[in-house]
Amino acid sequence: MKIHIKNGHLIDPKNKIDAKHDVFIVAGKIAGIGNMPDGFVANQTIDATGLIVAPGLVDLSVRLREPGSDYQATLNSELLAAVAGGVTSLACPPDTNPVLDEPGLVEMLKHRAKLLNLAHVYPLGALTRQLEGKLLTEMYALTQAGCVGFSQADTTITDTQVLWRAFEYAATFGYTLFLRAEDYYLAKNGVAHDGEIASRLGLKGIPAAAEALSIASILRIAQETKTRIHLCRLSTAEGVDLVRQAKKQGVQVTADVSAQHCHLTDMDIGYFNTHANLKPPLRSNRDKAALCQGLKDGIIDAICSDHTPVNDDAKLLPFAEAEAGATGLELLLPLALKWAMDNKTTLFDAIAKITSQPASILGISGGDLSLHADADVCIFNPQTEWKVNAIQLKSKGKNTPFLGLDMTGKVEYTFLHGQIIYAQV
Amino acid sequence: MFNPQLNTEGNLKHLLTIEGLPKRILNQILDTAETFVGVAERDIKKVPLLRGKTVCNIFFENSTRTRTTFEIAAKRLSADVINLNVGTSSQSKGETILDTVDNLIAMHADMFVVRHAQSGAAHFIAQHVPDGISVINAGDGRHAHPTQGLLDVFTVRKYKPDLHNLRVALVGDVLHSRVARSEIHALTSLGVPEVRVIAPKTLLPVDVEKLGVHVFHDMKAGLKDVDVIMMLRLQNERMSGALLPSAQEYFKTFGLTQKTLNYAKPDAIVLHPGPMNRGVEIDSSVADGSQSVILPQVTYGIAVRMAVMALLGSGYPSSLQAAGGQPSQTGQPSVGGGNGVNSNTGGSA
Repeated sequence: MKIHIKNGHLIDPKNKIDAKHDVFIVAGKIAGIGNMPDGFVANQTIDATGLIVAPGLVDLSVRLREPGSDYQATLNSELLAAVAGGVTSLACPPDTNPVLDEPGLVEMLKHRAKLLNLAHVYPLGALTRQLEGKLLTEMYALTQAGCVGFSQADTTITDTQVLWRAFEYAATFGYTLFLRAEDYYLAKNGVAHDGEIASRLGLKGIPAAAEALSIASILRIAQETKTRIHLCRLSTAEGVDLVRQAKKQGVQVTADVSAQHCHLTDMDIGYFNTHANLKPPLRSNRDKAALCQGLKDGIIDAICSDHTPVNDDAKLLPFAEAEAGATGLELLLPLALKWAMDNKTTLFDAIAKITSQPASILGISGGDLSLHADADVCIFNPQTEWKVNAIQLKSKGKNTPFLGLDMTGKVEYTFLHGQIIYAQV
Repeated sequence: MFNPQLNTEGNLKHLLTIEGLPKRILNQILDTAETFVGVAERDIKKVPLLRGKTVCNIFFENSTRTRTTFEIAAKRLSADVINLNVGTSSQSKGETILDTVDNLIAMHADMFVVRHAQSGAAHFIAQHVPDGISVINAGDGRHAHPTQGLLDVFTVRKYKPDLHNLRVALVGDVLHSRVARSEIHALTSLGVPEVRVIAPKTLLPVDVEKLGVHVFHDMKAGLKDVDVIMMLRLQNERMSGALLPSAQEYFKTFGLTQKTLNYAKPDAIVLHPGPMNRGVEIDSSVADGSQSVILPQVTYGIAVRMAVMALLGSGYPSSLQAAGGQPSQTGQPSVGGGNGVNSNTGGSA
């Protein structure tokens, strides 16, 4: 199969390309950029006039809800949502049921995802058994089974001795740890940023310091044990500052932020809108500004969707009882574009935060359109305006604080291995 | 942002929180309550404003006292009243709040009085009831208890009519208190120029000063020149642990005794939403003393709740006038448990 994507504007951050180029695909691989390979005769030609041709997006945090919560979503439904959002590679956290702490479970997940042939699924294994923060998992065997890193998902290792050992053991093999920094005790039962809004609404708050305290200990131990750390879902200005300092000191640390947190604050809870019940909580305007600036400065390396499909029943409850999380795969691209627009930075920057940068954090191939690389491609119209509407979302999760709001930028085609797996009708 | 408590004409549709309610509505409720104070003193303690209407008290969290006052208020308005202690029935069988509410809607209830342990529960229910059904928040988590806030300002207004010239102090567990939040909003919305909170730092919410209050951590400074003292209840489970070392220490530092009361103005009045912990937040001699207006609060509470229900349920005021409610002309009452000490002459003689 030979495909010619013509007249598009190519943005490939890894290869520093931001120009009008045709793309030629042969047998699932990129066979030419700009120049037609010798003897190329297209079986199919895609006219990408006015469109952006980018690498398939890479998402650092997607809950697929399998195994264990198939009533919330299935692998099939969420991978369809992924490709509709232009996402061709995604990492999933281990907080499934059962927890991804056994190689067999990881193999099964990889296998099921492969059969669906929609997007590459890269599991993050549990760092401790059952995510209990007590016993280490078989990290080597889990890596053999397909894990690309290890995580505690939304839980914390409270025992610093265990934390230290987990870092040392992971560093032995050069594994990356994906940790969401939050002090367990300060965050306990909290559902909102500890500030004026939580005080007014009578919601139990999580102080910003809960993130800073945890980041400080993680970074200190990482420095000591020479462990590669990725901090997931930064939410505070202080967190950004700590990462900035650590990067200056040469600590091997990267960080991401959720697309929600680039745009929303605790004000968006409004009258107890459970769609704004997220982990970490939406924080103050000052925090949001620092996150956006941190992204721009390169302190924060990537934007993820933090995709968490939650069914309506679990959101139709009083705020604190509702399940946290938002569906996000289909909003990642427009929200990243909006970040670039709001913060006066380039489309190129926005694309880097959702392709080459997350791919490099995960250590996977993908996120670029280098010659001979797999032709995982996302073609989108950066001008298309559309309204977020529950029925049109492919994800089984309809829960997002952006419901009813206007987005700019829509995926037209998604390719996996040079095959069109999504085309906008 | 639209206000979920008001209808398109700007009239009260639900009573969920005092925050965001226009002063006009607050005064309307208080003035209406004024007309109901007299009803309780009649031989026949009923007005027919809600005749044929069904008021449903749904208490997801138990409370005999508040539920009873709502029940009396509804009955004095001639409504039919259903009491549902959901905490002990359906919820323990796994039924969701909405299931419970839907069932009651199917039984043609006209008004819901809701108490729930979670902040926002009343807003949540109000968002899901059809037009024509009103929701009254009888306490949701730490968030709001608007009728309590209203009855407290109603009581204050009775004894200290010039709200624009008052210094009010709230003492105690503001952090966990929906009453405190509602009192603060009621007082500040009605133009009380200085509202203070007095509490240890462990019992104050973050950024509480942004609610428009001055923060104090000791009784002497906090109560100085205060006209009104609003005590807050300290829940048993918070008396010892990481928030406070012990009830005794709390009483020593933040308890209202005759001695600490003397820091306030001599004619200061003392309120408490009940139930009181005598010897923990308040000394019996103060609770039962001449400056206490704690029992009048309970009496006025019924009038205020009647006013809220009447406004929500009967297209008041036109129908109320037809039903014969007359503003009570009792004037300024006396302070204290029957001692007859007039607030103007100073209570702590």
